[in-house]
Amino acid sequence: MINIKPGAKLFSVACETEVMVIRGTGEFDLCCGGSGMATSTPEARHESATDMDGGTLIGKRYVNEDGSIELLCTKPGRGSLMVGNSVLGIKQAQALPSSD
Amino acid sequence: MNLFTILDMACQAFPQRTALTFEGVSYSYAQLHRASLVAARLFGNSQCQAVALQDISSPAIPIALFGAAAAGLTYVPLNYRLSAHELSELRDRIEPAYFIETENRDAFVRACLDGEVPPSPSEIPINPDAVAVKLFTSGTTGKPKAALLRHAHLLSYILGSVEFAGAGEEQAQLVAVPPYHIAGISAFLSSIYAGRRIVLLPNFDPEQWLYLAHSESITNAFVVPTMLVRIVDHLEEHPEFDVPARLASMAYGGGKMPEAVIRRAMTLFPATDFTNAYGLTETSSTICLLDPEDHRSALLSDDAEVRRRLTSVGRPLPGIELQIRDLEGNPLLTGEAGEVYVKGDQVSGEYEEKTVISGDGWFPTRDAGYVDNGGYLFLSGRADDVIVRGGENISPGEVEDVLLKHPAVSDACVVGMQSEDWGEEVAAVVVIKPWLKVSVDQLQMYVQQRLRSSRVPKQILFHEELPYNETGKLLRRVVREAFRK
Repeated sequence: MINIKPGAKLFSVACETEVMVIRGTGEFDLCCGGSGMATSTPEARHESATDMDGGTLIGKRYVNEDGSIELLCTKPGRGSLMVGNSVLGIKQAQALPSSD
Repeated sequence: MNLFTILDMACQAFPQRTALTFEGVSYSYAQLHRASLVAARLFGNSQCQAVALQDISSPAIPIALFGAAAAGLTYVPLNYRLSAHELSELRDRIEPAYFIETENRDAFVRACLDGEVPPSPSEIPINPDAVAVKLFTSGTTGKPKAALLRHAHLLSYILGSVEFAGAGEEQAQLVAVPPYHIAGISAFLSSIYAGRRIVLLPNFDPEQWLYLAHSESITNAFVVPTMLVRIVDHLEEHPEFDVPARLASMAYGGGKMPEAVIRRAMTLFPATDFTNAYGLTETSSTICLLDPEDHRSALLSDDAEVRRRLTSVGRPLPGIELQIRDLEGNPLLTGEAGEVYVKGDQVSGEYEEKTVISGDGWFPTRDAGYVDNGGYLFLSGRADDVIVRGGENISPGEVEDVLLKHPAVSDACVVGMQSEDWGEEVAAVVVIKPWLKVSVDQLQMYVQQRLRSSRVPKQILFHEELPYNETGKLLRRVVREAFRK
């Protein structure tokens, strides 16, 4: 379990993935590549579990089903993001014309 | 949550891509990233609470903006066009601040680009509620208010409206808005997050703008209405100038766009997508968009409601809720005119002096308007500008639109003037095209034939021009003075 709040940075211990919490406050069972995530850069990394290696993409937002957790991938890696037993999906953003 | 993440991610994804071009010199994302970290250390060592920039556009802007964010300090761009007295008052309000001005700008940029990156950069603060940007509102009435935008507001706007790395390497954005305008901040955040090269034009001039659009192969641009007027005028007066061929998308906002101007622009730039962006400083920039498809439909449709949308500011962004409310704050129905309220993660609604956002997150924009059946928002001016004549609300925009349709009128501003009989009466200052003539009686008759008699200006003055501030905002306060006895 890990205690998160908006703005916090989380690190995978199984791959290079780094995320920033956009939404979500409290204790969650957040994993990447099959291992619990850390709140600081891990000193050593171990292998990503083979069935948890869907990978993360920089700039994509990952959400759980009810939208209570939203993570922005700020550094990509080989692991998949999960909360409890469910894999987080990519939030589909509506394409907007550039307005600035 | 920190704005610096935007530059950090761009630098990670495409470090060698060009981020910025200024006076023919280009800077990569890696260079800006490095320079911002050097700046952060400089700011951190200075013991200042804020980083102030009082200058025209230059590479110092992204370095100061992201450097301040990385150091956990507030970035405060100041309007360099204000008087020395006004500026010194603002500077007193933000001390102790690290000041970047025209005189030390080049030295600052050089020091950051060439400086040693700290071997272990200090931790980037992550508090989403820290104030990232403080902007003094243009103050068309009274003393400037300091609008506060927190990291969470600005990031929410960027994440909700821009796709990371969504721009191709060939894309280039021409930025001509001044750095102390909210659009001058969002332009940097959006373009860097999208990976779109920024080309800076510090002092807008239509000929320079067109020159850069050609020479830098500009694909995207943002202009305020007065800029578009001048670009369109220039192209019509100089048919020998080519229209920039690669300009795929042009967004406009920051003030009311006259319908005739956008029509002329769409004719002159047939291959360009136009987007109307409506937003406020207090909402971290854009909250409503009239997209290119809406523009085309409005131009071609037989349906009067669809055609009218060319004068609308479009529909709310996905992350924005919008309501029209009456004077007591009760929500109104479709088609009913009132004050525009918005709610969303990007909405700050907060000033240093006070918060105007309600407990449940609704922000009164002070803009007046209504929403049509398709959800399109039409603005009629500032809620404070509404003229109350004998208990009847009259929107200045309604009368101005009629005056502007008169063939002899080139510009018009309608305000309320004190009246013993009615509380307020309608008054107008009108600018006449130099080669044409029209009398006060004729203009009054013209309005009378098209609107209710209560809308007919009691008094009309002819002036050579109307007072605008440098971002194209009409200064009604100054016009009102003309009718004060």
